[in-house]
Amino acid sequence: MPVYYLEIIVVALGLVMLMVDAFVKLEDKRSIAWIGMLGLVVVFALLFKVKWPESTEGAFWQFYSSGDRLALFFKGIAVLTTLIVLVMAVDYAPTVVAQTANPEPGAHRQAGLGEFFALPMFACAGLMWMASANNLVSIFVSLETVTIAFYIMVAYLRRNVGSLEAGVKYLILGALSTGFLVYGFAWLFGITGSMQLSEIATALAKPGVNPTMALFAFGLIFVALAFKVGAAPFHLWIPDVYQGAPTPITAFLSVGSKAAGFIVMLRLVTPFLASPALVGKVTIVLTVVAILTLLVGNLAALPQKNFKRLLAYSSIAHAGFLVMALASSPPAGGSISMTPATVIAFYLGAYLLMTLLAFLVMTTLRTKIAGEELDSFRGLAKRSPFLAFAMLVAMASLAGIPLTAGFLGKVFVFKLAVEAQQWTLLVFGLIGASAGFYYYLKIAASMYLSEPGKDSDVSAIPVSPLAKITMILLMIVIILAGFNPGVILGLFA
Amino acid sequence: MSIIEIIVFLPLLAALAVGLGSPARFTALGASGLVLLLSLVTAIQFSTSVEGTYQFVSSRTLLEIAGFPKLSLAFGLDGMSLVLLLLSAIVLIAAVMVAPKENAIKGSARLYYISLLLIAGGAIGAFCSTDLFFLYAFHELALIPTFLMIGIFGHGENRVRTAWTITIFLGVGSLILLVGLILAVSSLGATTFDIASIITLAKTPETAMSPDMQGWVFLLLFIGFGILVSLFPFHSWAAPAYAEAPTPVAMLHAGVLKKFGLYGLIRLALPLAPVGAEKWLNLVLILLIGNILYIGLVTIAQKRLDRMLGYSSVMHMGYVFLGIAAGNHIGLSGAVLLMFAHGISIALLFALSGWMREQFGTLDFDKLGGIAKPLPKLGLIFGFGVFASLGLPGFANFAAEIEIFFGAFAGEGETMTWIRWATVGALWGVVISAVYMLRAYRNIFLGPLPKKLATPADLDWSMRVPLILLVATLVAVGFVPELLNQYIRPAINGILLVTPG
Repeated sequence: MPVYYLEIIVVALGLVMLMVDAFVKLEDKRSIAWIGMLGLVVVFALLFKVKWPESTEGAFWQFYSSGDRLALFFKGIAVLTTLIVLVMAVDYAPTVVAQTANPEPGAHRQAGLGEFFALPMFACAGLMWMASANNLVSIFVSLETVTIAFYIMVAYLRRNVGSLEAGVKYLILGALSTGFLVYGFAWLFGITGSMQLSEIATALAKPGVNPTMALFAFGLIFVALAFKVGAAPFHLWIPDVYQGAPTPITAFLSVGSKAAGFIVMLRLVTPFLASPALVGKVTIVLTVVAILTLLVGNLAALPQKNFKRLLAYSSIAHAGFLVMALASSPPAGGSISMTPATVIAFYLGAYLLMTLLAFLVMTTLRTKIAGEELDSFRGLAKRSPFLAFAMLVAMASLAGIPLTAGFLGKVFVFKLAVEAQQWTLLVFGLIGASAGFYYYLKIAASMYLSEPGKDSDVSAIPVSPLAKITMILLMIVIILAGFNPGVILGLFA
Repeated sequence: MSIIEIIVFLPLLAALAVGLGSPARFTALGASGLVLLLSLVTAIQFSTSVEGTYQFVSSRTLLEIAGFPKLSLAFGLDGMSLVLLLLSAIVLIAAVMVAPKENAIKGSARLYYISLLLIAGGAIGAFCSTDLFFLYAFHELALIPTFLMIGIFGHGENRVRTAWTITIFLGVGSLILLVGLILAVSSLGATTFDIASIITLAKTPETAMSPDMQGWVFLLLFIGFGILVSLFPFHSWAAPAYAEAPTPVAMLHAGVLKKFGLYGLIRLALPLAPVGAEKWLNLVLILLIGNILYIGLVTIAQKRLDRMLGYSSVMHMGYVFLGIAAGNHIGLSGAVLLMFAHGISIALLFALSGWMREQFGTLDFDKLGGIAKPLPKLGLIFGFGVFASLGLPGFANFAAEIEIFFGAFAGEGETMTWIRWATVGALWGVVISAVYMLRAYRNIFLGPLPKKLATPADLDWSMRVPLILLVATLVAVGFVPELLNQYIRPAINGILLVTPG
């Protein structure tokens, strides 16, 4: 089966879900999510079955990079993220219903819930396409598919001011960054005369390339991509949008959108890094951005008191480590080190597991604890040892404690930086990682070391079987990958 | 499954079992008993005539990809790790026995025993790993359980603060260490994490690191490991943490886990960067004198038994550093022997001070006194601990310290080198520790009994068993150091071999 069928299947699934929502009389619309989940499980299984095109095949394939396991891996990330986001969305449904219900008599009491499950499917299709896009046009179109779906999802809780505010911020800044991207693409096309990434790479590597113009194009494109992945100084939207958006969508943004942003960044930056005339300056830009992002993400996370804001800064911090990997491309001339692509892919795989686990716990808790402040986690270990432990594993992994997947991600990045002799970057990476110990363990401290507040609820917290199974699976994979990175690496290396 | 794999994974599996619902104390006791038994079996089967290679080796390759060293879950023992394994096993079972019964624990008893098992499991895993990655990773396994144990079950108002301090210190120390290790592995161009192969590379002149690089690597490793061992001036986490930690955690941490840093220095830092070690020798000497003399004086000033013990354990690390700085056969053997002896004796003292805190409600010197008369058995065993700790002949500590001093003073000629001056300084440490240990003993056990002090019943059998186990170990090794030296000697020979292979 050709690989692009997968995107078509996912879009079709989304359409089916919309149709079911519109025409089938359902008592409980949460069953729509099950269609999506089962469909995505099938798509995920099909990922291991698809075949890549022969180079002679024409037309449609020119938008695809060929024979690229990394692309498949990122498609897997997109599918898995969407799957877990749907699991969260099912638990989150009561909040959505409360914020979107139609007050008119005779309306379905869950009106508006169906689209909340269907929209992630379209975003997922976009993310999947993004993973294998190798043409400026397809990159742009897939990126916009994803972004537009996100505009709607972020602002989905239409009676919630926070959600609307987040939506507007995301829309305005997103549109601005799109402008940068298109302008950058136009320059790139002007310099190289091609939309195809492989041809762009060849053109940039020629000695005749005009470095000023090429760097200008690079600057424009990089601004837009830095916005997508949340790298400083283009990270300002992240905390507000993450805090305001519905929790499952925050998780989706934080993992899916970031992963796709990084694969596009990888594909677009690599030609510049491969060009002898440009590599020096591009590396400097990447290094500066990595340092800024590491500092902003990690230091600003320290005083945060809101859980979602904390995870927002943490996601900036992790973007910092990822740009650090990109900035540590091994010096040309046959080195034995891993490629930044491998490191970034592994890091994102690990990041997916731990971030989604944290958000999953958060969604389960949301209705049972007072709010999203860290203080409302107080004494959680006594109320629900299971959820507290799941959160502890997620935090340990995010902090990079050994024998979790997150630790290996950091080891790979540090090793890359050592081999590229990026000593300054390494020092800032260390500062960032040490700060991480503090703010991630702060959540553990709140759960385990503080007594619950005086008049807070201390009853046990029920966990839905679906969420529980997902959490257990995520925890097992996090620890397994901590012992044996091959669990993740084997999927693409 | 090799026997070492079983030993390493027993505590971890026991922790998992407790988490899934098996009776906590029973499981922990069973697992630690088995660990001790199996460690003794390995000690008996261990061949002391083999030099410089690991025994009981097992290896499972986990990851082999281009550009990243081969990663395997590999275990094995040489004489040094065997001695530390024995130490861990003995302290572990004593700590579990000393730990309170389930219903006496405020809060979740499961969490208590899981943390205890994970801390010990991490230490054992680190000592038995022959793969650099897992050597590092297993040690860090103890980080979060320690944080939780001190924060939840610790004593005193400041326990949460203390939990933070130790976690941040150890976390940052481990990160510095990590960078040092990555630097070493990368600049040696190692294609595997197997420690023996990495060291072979480091010892082969063609592949060894440049002197500059060795300097950096040694400095990073020395600071990183040093923070973990409470090297002066990075020691400030240690004493409060041990004073406020629950008794079994203090025993395991001060007794076993802290030895990891020293183990790492001998196992990795010296062989990987010998030139770097020479380059920084004077820094090492200055800092270790800080440990012995400055911390020694700080220890004298303490007014509470648990804090005094905490500082004394920081101070005694200075001797081990001296043995390592000596870098010769006798100094290193003494260092390893002292790691064992100190581990057992400090565990003994922390077990006793924990019991006393429970019974008397205080450990302040000026509120206690004269309790040797009503509690003779406590007085006797505490006396053993004190004498062992200050290195009286007949205890393991004496044998070890003598070896270290001989090792550090060794050499031809009569010129006073830096290390000889340091040794002279360190000798005064013996006097200092005699001062504070004997003063503590006098304050608590001799003199008049304060009127307000209610005296509890003497040690019962549930306490006596672990204590006697520890005392017996100290005395046995003290009278027959050969018991352990037979293992240490070939291991140190192997480490000091100049040519690889």
